[in-house]
Amino acid sequence: MSFPWANHYQPKNPFMKYLDERLPLPRLVYNAIGGGYPVPRNLNYLWNFGVLAGLALVIQIVTGVVLAMHYAANGAVAFGSIERIMRDVNWGWMLRYMHANGASFFFIVVYIHIFRGLYYGSYKQPREMVWILGIVIFLLMMATAFMGYVLPWGQMSFWGAKVITGLFGAIPLVGEGLQTWLLGGFAPDNAALNRFFSLHYLLPFVIAGVVMLKIWALHIPGSSNPTGVDVKGPQDTVPFHPYYTAKDGFGIGVFLILFTFMVFFAPNYLGHPDNYIEANPLSTPAHIVPEWYFWPFYAILRAFTVDFILPAKLWGVIAMFASILLLFFLTWIDRSPVRSTSYRPLYKWFFWLLVLDILVLGYCGGAPAEEPFVIISQIASIYYFAHFLVILPIVSAIERPKPLPNSISESVLHGEERESAPLGAGGTFGKPQPAE
Amino acid sequence: MARLIAFLVGLGFCLVLLVSVVTGTVAFVKEGKPETAEHEFHLHPKEAGLSFQSPLGRFDRAQLQRGFQVYKEVCAGCHSLKFVAFRNLEDLGYTEAEVKAIADQWAIQSPSINPETGEPATRKNLPSDSFPTPYPNEVAARAANNNALPPDLSLMTKARHDGSNYVYSLLTGYAEQPEELLKKFPEVKTPSGLYYNPYFPNLNIAMPPPLISDGQVTYADGTPATVDQMAKDVSAFLSWTAEPKLEARRSTGLAVLIFLIAFTTLAYMSYRNIWAGKKGALAHG
Repeated sequence: MSFPWANHYQPKNPFMKYLDERLPLPRLVYNAIGGGYPVPRNLNYLWNFGVLAGLALVIQIVTGVVLAMHYAANGAVAFGSIERIMRDVNWGWMLRYMHANGASFFFIVVYIHIFRGLYYGSYKQPREMVWILGIVIFLLMMATAFMGYVLPWGQMSFWGAKVITGLFGAIPLVGEGLQTWLLGGFAPDNAALNRFFSLHYLLPFVIAGVVMLKIWALHIPGSSNPTGVDVKGPQDTVPFHPYYTAKDGFGIGVFLILFTFMVFFAPNYLGHPDNYIEANPLSTPAHIVPEWYFWPFYAILRAFTVDFILPAKLWGVIAMFASILLLFFLTWIDRSPVRSTSYRPLYKWFFWLLVLDILVLGYCGGAPAEEPFVIISQIASIYYFAHFLVILPIVSAIERPKPLPNSISESVLHGEERESAPLGAGGTFGKPQPAE
Repeated sequence: MARLIAFLVGLGFCLVLLVSVVTGTVAFVKEGKPETAEHEFHLHPKEAGLSFQSPLGRFDRAQLQRGFQVYKEVCAGCHSLKFVAFRNLEDLGYTEAEVKAIADQWAIQSPSINPETGEPATRKNLPSDSFPTPYPNEVAARAANNNALPPDLSLMTKARHDGSNYVYSLLTGYAEQPEELLKKFPEVKTPSGLYYNPYFPNLNIAMPPPLISDGQVTYADGTPATVDQMAKDVSAFLSWTAEPKLEARRSTGLAVLIFLIAFTTLAYMSYRNIWAGKKGALAHG
């Protein structure tokens, strides 16, 4: 590990000693999520979401592998095979509802994780690579989720696939050929359904691979923390196990309670009723909308309504991809040396405006393409791009940050300890207790 | 350099969007929001107040059986139920022998082949068969229904927004086209062959009113068969066909929630316990 005071693995059990000398797997686990990984002691609950994202990925892979045993990727029978899972496969309804809602929960967790990173400057050095790998995972998740939504072969599956692959058709010269090549035909059909199923099964394992790279990269500088101040010494950290395994255990419990609530009591709330109608190429739904987690990007796509030099549709496609790809470059756009937004009085306002802006975009993306939603989503899109590409560079140049604490241990003077403590257990500020 | 490029790209996107905003606003101010009859006269479903509509509610078996009777005597002539099998009716409280009899006496037979000649034929239904479709194919269905296609009803209550209430509202919602609608939108008079129904998205539905008079069905359990009662019963039945595992789902969910609340409480206590010493020590570095 990168920290000189990190504990080194000393096997106690003779079998572990035997194994560790031949295959250092126990050592790997110990250094990754065990007592050998020192973590800043002041992390708040927002640092639970990395582990929760990992849990969501595991839930998706486990339920997905079993569902694939009963699913048939053929346009003639796909819809019926889903109904067979819901009616005749033992516990099939539970697996499918877990998988469908699991995708939503994966995105909720990842969105909170990304906002955590934006607020606390996790994209800044020395964690650029961790951030970039995270955006790669996000892109892979979007591709996986999109293709997964096509598999039930309902109306929204079919028309969603048609609209999204149609985006590639907007590319000049090669677009139409590219779209036909991607779909294996002129419209979504068996060929598209089969390749989407194949890729939907493959990509989660690619995600798992990138997750490993990401954890590897994270363990070089170690976890960030709410102050953004570097770890100065052993007094600033606690070992991951048992301190953060205990905290993550509680976080997992809360996550699973909310997940259970949706799966068992409102399983179709986040879905669209039209996807319980079998795909019909001859009947277009009144409003084609993607799943909720794509709504902000869908709003940006539809915000471009005027041909200006380029066709409006092409602008929309470019802007939608740009809205995600620009996240890769944040490190170089935001040059403020201060990581945590808590110490950036000016940027703080813009950050919360961005959160609001993305919620507005999300609402407009789910709404029908009519006024006033179009104008609202255009204004919200302007702020989205202005925030990252115009405001962020200016703010980071002119802002005078608040004084940073000298160390994580001293940050208690700002009250961060209270924030990170279990409810009622923290806040020793003002009532000193004997050191252990 | 990176910031300069970002700055220019950002300004570019903002400029193009600004052009769209201005163009859109001008058009909006000039033309205003188009008014449509659908927009103004479409109604959201009214509450059916069925037993399973509360978070922990369960199906009323007697109601499901009545609803099945309405489906059998009123709907089944045109609407299929292809994802439901006769054997599933045991969930409604019918015995195995009753299900066998229902399948055997069903008006429409299952397609089959003549074992001697191999020619297409039909045979009586078995409990393992799914409900046979009333029309052999879409062309036949459309030909018999003024070119409208009666949809399969297996998933109807999940395939519409607020589905259970929607089915109930639609079945009881047939009405004369309101005067004010015709006054405001004279061009959208309900065409002949269609029927005005404010709960249907475009207000004009091809299905003639299926439940027309009280007592249309004579319930086996003696419940008075008002139109309202029949609509509620068949809506409950179709909610069961769409989500047959609803009761198992809710009771499993309750057990899982109780377990998880206990687990999370313990996890929280151990978290507090483990951190108790560290939190105090932090103030002193």
